[in-house]
Amino acid sequence: MNVIPAEYGLILASVLFTLGLVSLLIRRNIIFMLISVEIMLNAAGIAFIVAGSKWAQPDGQVMFIFILTMAAAEVSVGLALILQMYHQLKTLDSDAANKMKG
Amino acid sequence: MSDLVWLIPGLPFVGAVILIFGGTNLPRRLVPVVGAGSVGLSALMTLFIGFEFLTATPTAQSYQQVVWNWIEASGFSVAFAFHLDVLSLVFIFVITFVGFLIHLYSAEFMASDEGYARFFAYLNLFVGFMLILVMADNLLLMYLGWEGVGLCSYLLIGFWYLDEKNGYAARKAFIITRVGDTAMVIGLFILFKTFGTLNIAGIQEQAPQLWVVGSSQATLIALLLLGGAVGKSAQLPLQTWLPDAMAGPSPVSALIHAATMVTAGVYIIARTHVIFELAPIALFTVGVIGALTLLIAGFSALTQYDLKRVLAYSTISQIGYMFLALGVGAWSSAIFHFMIHAFFKALLFLGAGAVIAAVHHEHDMFKMGGLRKKLPLVYWTFLIGAASLAALPFVTAGFYSKDQILWLSWASEKGNNWLFLAALIGAFITTVYTFRMVFLTFFGEVKTQVTRVPGLAINISLVVLAILSTIGGFIEIPHSMGHVQMVTDFLSPVLPVTSIRPGIESSEWIIQLAAAILSIGGLLLAYFLYMKRPSLHFKIKNSIPHLHSFWLSGWRFDSLYDWLVVRPFVYVANINKNDPFNGPYNGVVRAANFFHRILSFTQSGILRWYLIGVVIGAILILTLGIWL
Amino acid sequence: MAIILPGFIVTLLLGGILSWIVAKQSHLYARWISLLTLLANFIAIIIIWIQNMKSPASGSSWILNFSVAWIPSFGINFHMALDGLSLLLLSLTFFLGILSVLISWKEIQSRVGLYHFCLLWVLAGITGVFLTMDLFLFYFFWEVMLIPMFFLILIWGHENRRYAAFKFFIFTQASGLLMLLSILGLYFVHGGQTGIYSFDYFQLLGTALAPKIGMWLMLGFLVAFIVKLPAVPFHAWLPDAHSEAPTAGSLVLAALMLKTGAYGLLRFIVPLFRDAAMEIAPWAMAIGVLGILYGALLAFSQTNLKRLVAYTSVSHMGFIMLGVFSFNEVAAQGVVMQMMAHGISTGALFILAGMIYERIHTRDIREMGGFWMKMPFMGATALVFTMATWGLPGLGNFVAEFLTLVGVWQVAPMLTILAAIGLVAATAYSLRILQKVFYGSPVVSMELTDLSFRERIIMGALVISIIWLGLFPQPVLNTSIEAVNVMLHPNNKVEASVLPSLKTGDAFSLREKGGSDE
Repeated sequence: MNVIPAEYGLILASVLFTLGLVSLLIRRNIIFMLISVEIMLNAAGIAFIVAGSKWAQPDGQVMFIFILTMAAAEVSVGLALILQMYHQLKTLDSDAANKMKG
Repeated sequence: MSDLVWLIPGLPFVGAVILIFGGTNLPRRLVPVVGAGSVGLSALMTLFIGFEFLTATPTAQSYQQVVWNWIEASGFSVAFAFHLDVLSLVFIFVITFVGFLIHLYSAEFMASDEGYARFFAYLNLFVGFMLILVMADNLLLMYLGWEGVGLCSYLLIGFWYLDEKNGYAARKAFIITRVGDTAMVIGLFILFKTFGTLNIAGIQEQAPQLWVVGSSQATLIALLLLGGAVGKSAQLPLQTWLPDAMAGPSPVSALIHAATMVTAGVYIIARTHVIFELAPIALFTVGVIGALTLLIAGFSALTQYDLKRVLAYSTISQIGYMFLALGVGAWSSAIFHFMIHAFFKALLFLGAGAVIAAVHHEHDMFKMGGLRKKLPLVYWTFLIGAASLAALPFVTAGFYSKDQILWLSWASEKGNNWLFLAALIGAFITTVYTFRMVFLTFFGEVKTQVTRVPGLAINISLVVLAILSTIGGFIEIPHSMGHVQMVTDFLSPVLPVTSIRPGIESSEWIIQLAAAILSIGGLLLAYFLYMKRPSLHFKIKNSIPHLHSFWLSGWRFDSLYDWLVVRPFVYVANINKNDPFNGPYNGVVRAANFFHRILSFTQSGILRWYLIGVVIGAILILTLGIWL
Repeated sequence: MAIILPGFIVTLLLGGILSWIVAKQSHLYARWISLLTLLANFIAIIIIWIQNMKSPASGSSWILNFSVAWIPSFGINFHMALDGLSLLLLSLTFFLGILSVLISWKEIQSRVGLYHFCLLWVLAGITGVFLTMDLFLFYFFWEVMLIPMFFLILIWGHENRRYAAFKFFIFTQASGLLMLLSILGLYFVHGGQTGIYSFDYFQLLGTALAPKIGMWLMLGFLVAFIVKLPAVPFHAWLPDAHSEAPTAGSLVLAALMLKTGAYGLLRFIVPLFRDAAMEIAPWAMAIGVLGILYGALLAFSQTNLKRLVAYTSVSHMGFIMLGVFSFNEVAAQGVVMQMMAHGISTGALFILAGMIYERIHTRDIREMGGFWMKMPFMGATALVFTMATWGLPGLGNFVAEFLTLVGVWQVAPMLTILAAIGLVAATAYSLRILQKVFYGSPVVSMELTDLSFRERIIMGALVISIIWLGLFPQPVLNTSIEAVNVMLHPNNKVEASVLPSLKTGDAFSLREKGGSDE
């Protein structure tokens, strides 16, 4: 069985993470921002899986399940907030939500 | 009887307390009864106690009474105690008797004033404090009296408080004397450190053992005490307050600013004469200050328009004589002149008060005139007082007291020609300004209406004082004229007899002749200038306008102090009004505000900015983590 | 008997709560409850004073001692003790407390219950500060007196009250925190040396401190005390707090709260950090003199009457600084007298300012004048207290200032001369008060009524006290002399000074001993 080198997996993870980060920074639509966060989380998850298989430890998969659970919780809270925000501001533009301006 | 010594100052205080608490509720007729009565009782007590003291003199030549222990703390111990000896007896006598006469005078003089009770309350308070001053057994208690009389002087100068100017004069008097008092207090600190006590008798006992003649510490202390004395007695350089103090009612000027309080300086120097004798430099300074003051004040008196200001400058000048006497070691002469001066100067002020009240509160002598006919009794008594002030020979008390000072300023071992010369010139000027005052006020053409003629109470006090100013002198008559030495003998247990340069006693009559000639010459000059040729003195005045205004303003001391002290003080106070120490604290506040504004700028509220911040932060931390 | 010491505080705390509660029914009840609480305390302290006056030389400066373990594991005890100094200050506290309730009788009409609650709690805090012999508890009371005072200024003050209240709070709080650091430092240094970790004053008294550590710890305490005192660079809070506070607030601030600073200097700095304090003594005395002159100068230029009086306080507190750091027994007696006399005279001036404010609703002396005509009685009392302010002999302040200066002269003649010059300046500003307010021609056309019966009682009591202090200061001096000397010479007298009840085997103190051993 050919083993995919760990580096490839890590490169994929970092590419995904960077994509997520960049889109988080450039997107103004808050739903896209949420999706970007999910992508970054998944990138982190891949990195854990890769690392787990490299060292043949179960911890990596444990962490992935942990991240998955956390992402679910985060999405539910995040979507609830987005709904509230849409209620209040009638927009999904994150820049409009600057009420906390100092 | 001697156990009741405390009653002498006590009674006026009781009177003051009754008047303060009674206030306006007291029936108006009762006010002078309480006011004058308490001082009168005090005078009677003085008579009894003085009589007993003289008939059965204690072996220690003095009598002490501790009323209570005032302060005692870790070795600092001062009692509220009185000390009676011949020196204080003379002062007590003058204070209570002249004080009583002035109270009597005020009963009528102030009768229509709104603050009748207040006036008598202050006056009684003054008499009480003055008696404490001269009866104190230690310097701290004396200081209590000293400041107490200052307070009463302040209150009475500003008695008519509605006028802003009176308040100003009162404050000026108080603050200037406080400058001197502060010097005195510092003297007390040194005395306590040196002797461990402030008891006068104790200090006098220890001082000669501790110090040799001319010791620097004795000189320093003597000079500091002198500072207090010049402040209170309105001597150079702190004399400027007294002319302005004339803003007070005339009885106040008579009692406080002529007869008693202003001579407190003479008293304290006489009282601490042991220290001054150990400090010849300080004693010489006393004499020089006296000589300079009597001349400066004399010239100023020559130019005044205001009747009371003439008398004020004359008081400064006469106290200058007393200081001169003290300075040459003629202790008893100073006290003698103090007593006679108290009589005739009180008389003159009371007479001036009657005149001013009669001509509707006009103070300017040039607007008076011819009052001789309208106010005969005031005229005659005033004339007697003026003659005594001018020291007209043989018949006046002033002649005997001043002649003694003239003689001793030359003949005493500590005397010298210059002091004598100053005294001689001063005597001449005194006569000139005295009779200038008399001629302008009572002679010449009538210029004003007389609206108020003095009644019985005023007349009695004037007459009694006139008698005292005449016969008072006969208790001390010089060698050349019969040799009576009651004052010197009387004071000899306390004050040393003046030592005279050897071999000149026979020349005393020359001095007397000179003095007599000068005073009569002054009288004639004044007659010539102000009666015979009235236009002449205007011509003289106009030919020297600068000198005239210079003297009129009291040698410009006021502007000098204004420029040197008052203005800088007020200026510094005003620029600091808002408390510059707030600056640093406000600076902290401003810095906090500044950073607050800068940092709150980063709180844009835009989510992506925060994210970028997080990312940059993370990158920075990671790089740092890798690099380090 | 010793239970009365916490009793003082508990009555005040309870009285405060009670008057807050009953104020809902009637304002009058609240006032009376506060008055009676303070009166009871005052009578109790006077009784203690009279009982102890007869035997001043009992071998110990301590009169009463009370101690129970509070948090034994940290060596914290509820320890209170009374000596001559605290006795005097407590009498002053309760006396002026009574007056502060009386002067608020008409002035305070809003939130009366809360007002009296705050007032009594401030007084409770001050009482605690004067009694506590445990540094932890001391810090606790130091803060307790601060917060109600903050509200007194904030709620019932004049126009600029917010600014003043916060300034007051920040100054005292910040300096108090430095003191807390020093208290903890002292606690650990002492614990490290002896193995006994205790906050007890008497335990800490003998702590040997390395010079550098001692200096830093001392500075922490010093800052707290001289901010409260206040000494000159740290006085900035005082004019604002005084002039914006309600009358009773100014009275308590000036007459009592400033004394906690002075008390702290005498009680803690001098005996605990003797060497370090000696080292900075010349500087501290110079600061004192600076305060005397600077306060007098600024008092002269003020136009707000209460602000003017506030600066006179700064000036007078300079004498305390000067006297404490001269380490001279006579001067220390002067300091004690100054605390009493200044409390009464300055308190009286603030009360007068308050009375004038009630009548004409301004504190600006340019709008006053000629009041003597309408209000001779008030004028006469004002005369007494302005005279006291510049130190007329025969009134309390003179005794204080003279003793201080005589004592300081033994140590620092030059500074004494400068301080004496301050007395001349004091004359200038005192007379200015009289002149501007009571002399001159009347400027206010409105009807002015002279003092009412209630006001006469207040002023009468103050006048009698200040004259009594001036003419018969001996009872006060006798009461404090031993306590003060013990503090000045902690080494040779500390044995004799320690707690009479320890010897007699008081139940409380036995338990306290057990607590501190653990």
